Parts: sequence; structure tokens; C-alpha cells
Amino acid sequence: MTASTQAIPAGTDPRRPPGDLAIWIFILAELGVFAVFFAAYAFTRMNHVELFNQYQQHLDRRAALINTLALITSSYFVVRAVAAIREDNPRHCVNWLLAAVSMGLVFVVVKLGEYHHHFVVEGVNLSTNTFYMFYISLTFFHFMHVIMGMVILSAVAVMAKKGKYSAREHTGVETGASYWHMVDLVWLILFPLVYVMR
Amino acid sequence: MTYKSQSVAKLYFIAAIALFVAQILFGLIMGLQYVMGDFLFPAIPFNVARMVHTNALIVWLLMAFMGAAYYLVPEEAETELFAPWLATLMFWIFLLAAGATVAGYLLLSYSDLADLTMNEMLPTMGREFLEQPTITKLGIVVVALAFLFNIGMTILKGRKTVVNLVLLLGLTGLAVFFLFSFYNPTNVVLDKFYWWWVVHLWVEGVWELILGAILAFVLIKVTGVDREVIEKWLYIIIAMTLITGIIGTGHHYYWIGTPEYWQWWGSIFSAMEPIPFFMMTVFAFNMVNKRRREHPNKAATLWALGTAVMAFLGAGVWGFLHTLSPVNYYTHGTQITAAHGHMAFYGAYVMISLTIISYAMPLLRGRNAANPAKSQTLEMWSFWLMTISIVFITLFLTGAGILQVYLQRVAENPQPFMAVQDQIGLFYWLREIAGLIFLVGLVLYIASFFVGQDEPEPAVAD
Repeated sequence: MTASTQAIPAGTDPRRPPGDLAIWIFILAELGVFAVFFAAYAFTRMNHVELFNQYQQHLDRRAALINTLALITSSYFVVRAVAAIREDNPRHCVNWLLAAVSMGLVFVVVKLGEYHHHFVVEGVNLSTNTFYMFYISLTFFHFMHVIMGMVILSAVAVMAKKGKYSAREHTGVETGASYWHMVDLVWLILFPLVYVMR
Repeated sequence: MTYKSQSVAKLYFIAAIALFVAQILFGLIMGLQYVMGDFLFPAIPFNVARMVHTNALIVWLLMAFMGAAYYLVPEEAETELFAPWLATLMFWIFLLAAGATVAGYLLLSYSDLADLTMNEMLPTMGREFLEQPTITKLGIVVVALAFLFNIGMTILKGRKTVVNLVLLLGLTGLAVFFLFSFYNPTNVVLDKFYWWWVVHLWVEGVWELILGAILAFVLIKVTGVDREVIEKWLYIIIAMTLITGIIGTGHHYYWIGTPEYWQWWGSIFSAMEPIPFFMMTVFAFNMVNKRRREHPNKAATLWALGTAVMAFLGAGVWGFLHTLSPVNYYTHGTQITAAHGHMAFYGAYVMISLTIISYAMPLLRGRNAANPAKSQTLEMWSFWLMTISIVFITLFLTGAGILQVYLQRVAENPQPFMAVQDQIGLFYWLREIAGLIFLVGLVLYIASFFVGQDEPEPAVAD
């Protein structure tokens, strides 16, 4: 039995991160990929400042702001879901999780609208220019993570509904929550980096 | 051995080892041809030796994977194999096809082989690693389908474990991506583009799932660590493999005429490909350190740990060396690639095959748990000889590659290919010597199956 990968009852050891340690290994690896992507963006921008500034104007900052608010709100809902299960209230936990997933849905719909504008109306693709290559790659890779996170939160909600979690044992809820916060965190870097910073 | 039908694996393992020997012999022939160009000419030209060297490797690894599946799937599913007779029949078909193909390579000119096998009806020949005549490829498809059916039905009727499902996913992917060997677009960019769907998505995609599943199975057996813990690791490893490996295909698309974004996608995602291999190393050592039993098969444990380390070095580190597009601009198609290829194939796929063979063969031959000490000692000697010599082969080829890149592509007055080849001959000689030591290791490995057979087994300590 290895202590480093085994699920531990939540809240028993303050030195350990919440949730299953395995998800933290995964989160670390994922953040590694995004970090390399962000660094590549930053270095490339250094050499093409004018191009990046010019095409950044074409991005829909209002839509991105709405999405930022949607994700922050969803993270708050997820926090409430974890709090609810710690108080042994699976029904509230399920509701907060569903609320978080619906905020994720808002993100997806807004993002699809944004993509529609760029891909269909403007006819942009990966080969249009370096800025759009990064815009599409970064946002799409993150977009896939939002969908993945929604699947995870939904699965946790189903389990919670079945009564698999309690105040004593709710590692699964914390695991899903940790992943979702990672998705949110990445967006909080991506949004200013790609949409705002000039 | 818990189930009678597992014994079919023995045929596959024996044939795999025989082809391994052929692979190494032809490797040595080619290695000598690097420095003595007319060695064995015209009987065995370089291109033929290379074809046999690489094709024998692929076929013997496939044999070993199939053997591994026939061994571990019934045990994991806790049921007999769905159709043992089918597994035996497919073995002979596969072996005959492989033998006939190698004979064709050696006895006929490649164009005569193409004519004889009616390649013009469905042209698939002539691409690196996929040189097999179309009829052989069709044979491989038949064997693979029958194999998947057999394994799939066994899993369906028995216990569904994560190890079995990951293995099945990997094997299915292997069969599916092989189908791209039948797709030969006339546009040379598209041709290369899809060729990599076989080559890359095999070794840096689905084969890693097979590797992970076999490693997990052996670790469960030799360490006695809880299945749940091992399965969790397996999930994370295969998730990272697929996230990095699929788009990582882009590191082959830098210079073949594909759009520019592949420079970025290929560089970024493939730079992350060492992560799952690193996880595998941490995983294997972690499990062995937390072992709950002292399994008497020390050799199998050694192979398992060796796989984890050497796969990380060969596939992970040596792959990373030249995966970034600005680096690859200088290194592509040089001996750097050959260095990576040798250590990655040995470290990941040869070693995992020898791991499962080492674990399963004593059981298939009627022992309780492990070979006698004498036989294991010899096997461990062969482990070190082969592993250390592959490290040296890799280092010599890396040296050759660095010099080649400099003289041919970086220096102020770049020299032509053949002029450079003359100047790196020393490295090729050293590589050949390391190759001979590898052969000694292989001979000892085979000898380990025959020594000390009358001696008692080491005691099982639970």
C-alpha cells in the first residue's frame, strides 16, 4: 500500500492537498502543458508585437469577460458543493454541482458563439497568422478542458445523488472540485494574456 | 499458470525470441556494412538487411504482445480463453507469413517480390517499416482481427479489470492504426502524413497503453500491492500518454510540407511526452518499494524496473533531445534519430516483452513461481549485458549524430553526406563492438532457459 497514491479521508490531514493525490499529479502535468504554451505565446509575441496587437483587436473581449465571470461563479458554486457535503448535505451538494455545470455550459455557449464569428464569419483558421494560431490552439485546448471538467463534475453529481458521499468520506467531490478550479485558474491566466494585455 | 489455455502464450514467446535473434544478427550485419560497405554484397545489400532488422523487430514485438495478452487476459478475466485453438491457428499463420516475407526479402529483389505478390493490384509496398507485401499485410489484419475477437470475447465473458481494458484499448488501437498502411495517397505530403499514423501512433500512442497494462500486471503479481493503487497510476499514465502523444505526432510534421502550426503543436505536445514515461518510472519503483511480498522471480522484477528506467531514458530523454522544431531543424534524419530509436525500442518495447516472458515462462513451463537461482542469475547477467550495451550503442550513435549534424549542417563549410560518414567511422566501429556484446547478452539470455533445470525453485516467501 502506498501512502502517496491512496485516497485518504478528506480533511484528516492538513498537510495533504484535498482530494485524491492522483488528481494533483494530473493537474501538475496539465499545468505544465499550459505553462509551456503560455511561455511559447509570450516569446512569440515579443517578436511580433504589432501583429499580436493588431489582431487582438478582433477578439471579443466582452464575451471573454462574460466567460471569466461564468467560470469564477462556477468555482464559487463548486466551493459551496464541497462545503455542503462537509455538512453532510448531499442534496445541496448535488444542486451546487449542477449550478456549476450550468455555468460551464454558459462558457461553452459563449465560446461557440465566439468561434462561429471567427471561423465562419471571418474565415480564420490555424494558418491565418501566428496570433490566430495561438488564439485557436490555446482557447480550444482550454475549451476541451472545460468540457472534460463538466463531465467530471456531472459524474461527481451523479455519485453524490446516489449517496456515495458523506461528511466523513467525500474525496471524490474534492477531487472533481480540484480539477475544476484548475480549469478556472488556467482561464484566469489565459484571459488577460490573450485578450487583454497589450 | 491458473488457466490451461494460457499455455498458448508459450508458442508466441518462443517465436518472438527466435525472431529477436534474427533481428540482432541482421543488425550486426548492417552495423558492419556502415564501415565495410561491401560486406556480404551482393547477397545481402544494406537495404535488405535494414528491412529484415526493422521488420523482424516489429513482428517479434507483436508476437510478444499477443503472447502477453493470451497469458494475462485469461488470468485477469478469471476464465479460460474463448477459443484456444484459434490462437494456435493464428500463431502458425502469422509465423508462416513472417517467415515467407523474410525469405522473400532475402531471396528475391524487392521489385520481383512486388511483382510476385501482385503489389500493383493494391500498392502498399515501398514505405519504410511497412515494406511487407500487400498479401502479408492482409494476413496481419486477419491475424489481428482473430486475435482481438478471441481476447475481446474472453474479456466479455469474464471479470473486467482495468489492466484488461487498457490492454484491449491498446491492442484495438494497434489494429485500427495499422489500417493506414493500406492508404497510399499519391500526394507525397499526405502519404507521409498518414504513414506516421501507423508509425507514430503505434509507438508513441497505443503501444504505450499495451506497455502500461503489461507493466501493471507484472507489478501486481510480483509486488502484491493493491490492485486499486496500481490501476489509479495506470489511468493517469495512459491519460497523459494520449494527451501528449496524439498531438505529439506533430513532431514528424515539421519538414514534410504541412502547415506551420505543426511546428508549435508538435514541439509543445511532444515536449510533454516524457511525462508519462517519468510517471511510469516513479510508479514502478514506488510499487516495488511498497511490496507486500518477496516474489521469488527476482529476474522478472529486475526487467520490470529496467523497463521503467530505460523507457524513460530512451523514449523520454532521447526523444526530447531532438523533439523541439528549432533543434530538429538540424538533427532530423541523422544518427541522433537512430540513437533515440535504438534505446527507445529496447527500453520500452523489448524490455516489457522480456519482462512478461521472464514472469510467465517459468509458469508456462510448469514451475510454481520462478526459475532456479542459477537460471535467474544467468538471466540477470543477460539483462545487464544487453542493457549496458544498448546504452553504449546509444551513446556512440549520439556522438556520431552530434558530429554529423555539425559537419553536415552547422559548420561554416558544410560537407556532403558521404564525406561526413567517412569521418564518423570510429563511432560506427565502437557501436558494432557494443552490438557484439549485446549478442553475447542475448546468447546468455537464451542459455538461461536451459541451465539449472533440475535444481529446486527458490522458496516462496509471502
